[in-house]
Amino acid sequence: MSNATFTSRAAKSLRNSQLRRNINKATTTIRGKTARVTAELPDWEALRLAGREIKRSTLAELDKHLIALEESVTRAGGTVHWARDAAEAREIVVRLTKAHNTDQVIKIKSMTTDEIELNPALEGAGIRPYETDLADMIVQMGREKPSHLLVPAIHKNRVEIRDLFRDQMGSHGEGLSDRPTDLTKAARAYLRDKFLETRVAISGANFAVAETGSVVVVESEGNGRMCLTLPDVLISIMGIEKVLPRWQDLEVFLQLLPRAATGERMNPYTSIWTGTVPGDGPREFHLVLLDNGRSKILADEVSRETLHCIRCSRCLNVCPVYERAGGHAYDSMYQGPIGAIVTPQLKGLEEAGSLPYASSLCGACHEVCPVKINIPQILVHLRGKVVESKRETALGKLSGENMAMQVASRLFNNQQALEWSLWAGRLGQKLLTRDGVMPWLPPPLSGWTLSRDFPALPEQSFRDWWKQRENGK
Amino acid sequence: MSSRDIMLATIRHAISRPAPDGLPAVPPPGDLPAYRRRLDATGPEIVDRFLERLRDYNVHVEVLDSEAAVIAAATARLAALGLDRLVIPADLPAAWRPAGVTLVEDQALDHQTLNAIPGALTGAALAIAETGSIVLDGGRHQGRRALTLLPDYHLCVVFAGQLVGLVPEAMDQLGRHPARPITFFSGPSATADIELDRVVGVHGPRTLDVLFVTGPTQPREF
Amino acid sequence: MRVSLFITCINDSLYPHTGQAVVRVLERLGHEVVFPEGQSCCGQMHHNSGYAPEAVAMVRQFVEIFREAEVVVVPSTSCTAMIRTQYPHLARHVAKDAALLEAVEALVPRVWEFSEFLTRKLGLTDVGAYYPHRVTYHSSCNSLRSLGLGDGPLTLLRHVRGLDLVELPNNTECCGFGGTFAVKNAETSTAMLTDKMRHILSTNAEICTAGDNSCLMHIGGGLSRQRTGVRTVHLAQILASTAEAPLA
Ligand code: SF4
Repeated sequence: MSNATFTSRAAKSLRNSQLRRNINKATTTIRGKTARVTAELPDWEALRLAGREIKRSTLAELDKHLIALEESVTRAGGTVHWARDAAEAREIVVRLTKAHNTDQVIKIKSMTTDEIELNPALEGAGIRPYETDLADMIVQMGREKPSHLLVPAIHKNRVEIRDLFRDQMGSHGEGLSDRPTDLTKAARAYLRDKFLETRVAISGANFAVAETGSVVVVESEGNGRMCLTLPDVLISIMGIEKVLPRWQDLEVFLQLLPRAATGERMNPYTSIWTGTVPGDGPREFHLVLLDNGRSKILADEVSRETLHCIRCSRCLNVCPVYERAGGHAYDSMYQGPIGAIVTPQLKGLEEAGSLPYASSLCGACHEVCPVKINIPQILVHLRGKVVESKRETALGKLSGENMAMQVASRLFNNQQALEWSLWAGRLGQKLLTRDGVMPWLPPPLSGWTLSRDFPALPEQSFRDWWKQRENGK
Repeated sequence: MSSRDIMLATIRHAISRPAPDGLPAVPPPGDLPAYRRRLDATGPEIVDRFLERLRDYNVHVEVLDSEAAVIAAATARLAALGLDRLVIPADLPAAWRPAGVTLVEDQALDHQTLNAIPGALTGAALAIAETGSIVLDGGRHQGRRALTLLPDYHLCVVFAGQLVGLVPEAMDQLGRHPARPITFFSGPSATADIELDRVVGVHGPRTLDVLFVTGPTQPREF
Repeated sequence: MRVSLFITCINDSLYPHTGQAVVRVLERLGHEVVFPEGQSCCGQMHHNSGYAPEAVAMVRQFVEIFREAEVVVVPSTSCTAMIRTQYPHLARHVAKDAALLEAVEALVPRVWEFSEFLTRKLGLTDVGAYYPHRVTYHSSCNSLRSLGLGDGPLTLLRHVRGLDLVELPNNTECCGFGGTFAVKNAETSTAMLTDKMRHILSTNAEICTAGDNSCLMHIGGGLSRQRTGVRTVHLAQILASTAEAPLA
């Protein structure tokens, strides 16, 4: 079944002890920092509730806010484009870029552009995209996929990175050592040339304010400022759920995001721009509003709050499954708990139907999410959809799991049958029991006995004991 | 129908589903819970918090008791760093212009030229104590964004009267001119992308120094 | 008080001693315990595996059986969480049944997890137990997060005479059970279990306890497979043990 996908990818990471150590170190460090800086705010909880309420009420009138955003951006000298899906978004970006007769673009905050698989489309049109986030650049040079929302190259060590840089950075990579400071310096010099010579930049966006048309990018390295300031043309792509109605709403999210994301009181750089400004920054600004499955999520009352996500990655950092299975197990640019709910909804359950099961439902994600997304609830909801779609086929109906669930359900609704089955079970288990436990069970329960004994059914159930006691009174 | 119309129609359809029979409706947008919009602290406490945050970020900060001390402090600092050329916004007050260095006024300099200048000297729009942030919005004495982006060094003059406690206070003030290009700096740029080793100074100025003037304040223009 | 016991399917079939211990504690405290006929499972296994309509059938059964109860006590944190947080969800979003939702909402405030009933409803910290063993306590995720029981169960343990309580390192992390997760993603689940067991062994406790036999089945199954000699015992069994009638 499709479940093999997450499961088998996870199994691969589980055997990679270096990767597990890296991830463990990363998540432990960030967990500690976020815990400290969120605890120091007396109104952290109120901010979370405010963030949740702003998102909820914005989504409830999303059409209105998008129209307002379009008006404001246009008034400020920008152009707004509407993209129903990835193909349309790619087409818009490629067309805008080509109109400027350039063969390269620089990129910042690539999650949305990864989602629409923009880079291959640009390359196909003869335009070379340069990722400028250090980690994104490393992942791009290695022709890999990111493994963490915020630290996408967490799976790579310094020697591997040095080799990539030596290989691909021309003179800036010559004789490079593997010290992170040297590697960073090389990246600075290499990218500085690109920043100065490239005329078109492509960015994502963290927030956009409908009433003013302002767009916000929150970052650490400064490559965002470079991309947003130096080129002649800026194209920003944002999911439709990123809009905020009012300027004042920013004050909530600019407190929630950095503290939840990197555990800083404020991230090093935040840029806010509104359309174009003569003499400062790009002369042309395009904002692409991307649906690509979001309106379908919006239509589902239970999973709608998936769209509250501000991509802070805090849920990854507390997730015991992510920590062990690693980012690549999710096979998506969105990993961890949020990935497990976003990816199946964007890509479809046929492709990503194993992800809703990639959780023990421990609730650590829900507990820390700065906008209080009830991820476990949505995971269970999506499991329901997986089962529903399977049940539509005869094969699915006859699957072992479905039959077992039906039998269990009937037993639980029929006292006598339940008692009888316990009696039969006690009889049947005799063959499998050693010292009161069953060390081996047949598939699919063999997953259990991989590492755990199963308790044998005791001679008397609680209800038998109770009956006996009542009769003896 | 245009993509715009189709998207809007899809969204409207998605959000307009009424609750099934008899079930309580989803609650309408409600009031926001009360988070803090002002920092409850005295002036000196706010200043202390700001300076403490800057030191946390390893920002070199000098506290001056009046605007008159800016030139001397700037001159000494630049000499100590061995910097001899600075770009400045054309409207930088004469009272801040250090001696002994070449000052290049930004009259629409091209990016290559800016990139070749080692430092920049500007004022700020405001600063936030709780987060140790300095905010520029291209207003008075700040210049355009590229000016404080391409040079490797940034010396910034901040007045105690420009200091607010919390992010909401800052957003209130910035909201008077939301269309200006706004940049928050909070500590130096940094990355932990390589084996989570924190490396300070990626892009943008790798050194930020602050001259913090506590005395008679520069009149605020917003 | 007249306490209706919801025993849960796992406790009924696999861990009858837990239910017996609950009866013993409650009766010792002077309460009348009844075990309503016809009860079975809270539906958690179905619900968490995506079989929501089947789970709704169990919601209806539960509501039918316990509708009139003064209080319902459940010796399982995950089943209590299922009832408290998921029954309203199922009534609203799956059954889409206003009457059921109303019945659920009327009943839920009277449903208590066993230790919660002792500490919060009855306001007790000492139930007169005696258990001379070195014990470590695993807070289940549901106890910690869905139910917010906090230190309640630990307080009860601290008041057990003879009991040597050792804190479990990294206690807030999931043990890796997760119902169907333990089987579907057995290797990841095992990796989580391995860490949990390492922490348990580091305490040198003889007994690992918790308020939920499903976590304990998983942890205990691992400890037994590794022949560690550490046993798992439900919290109720510790609280039922007295100097006059000690339990193992
Ligand atoms: S789901 Fe919540 S915690 Fe996870 S990335 Fe999104 S906002 Fe952050």
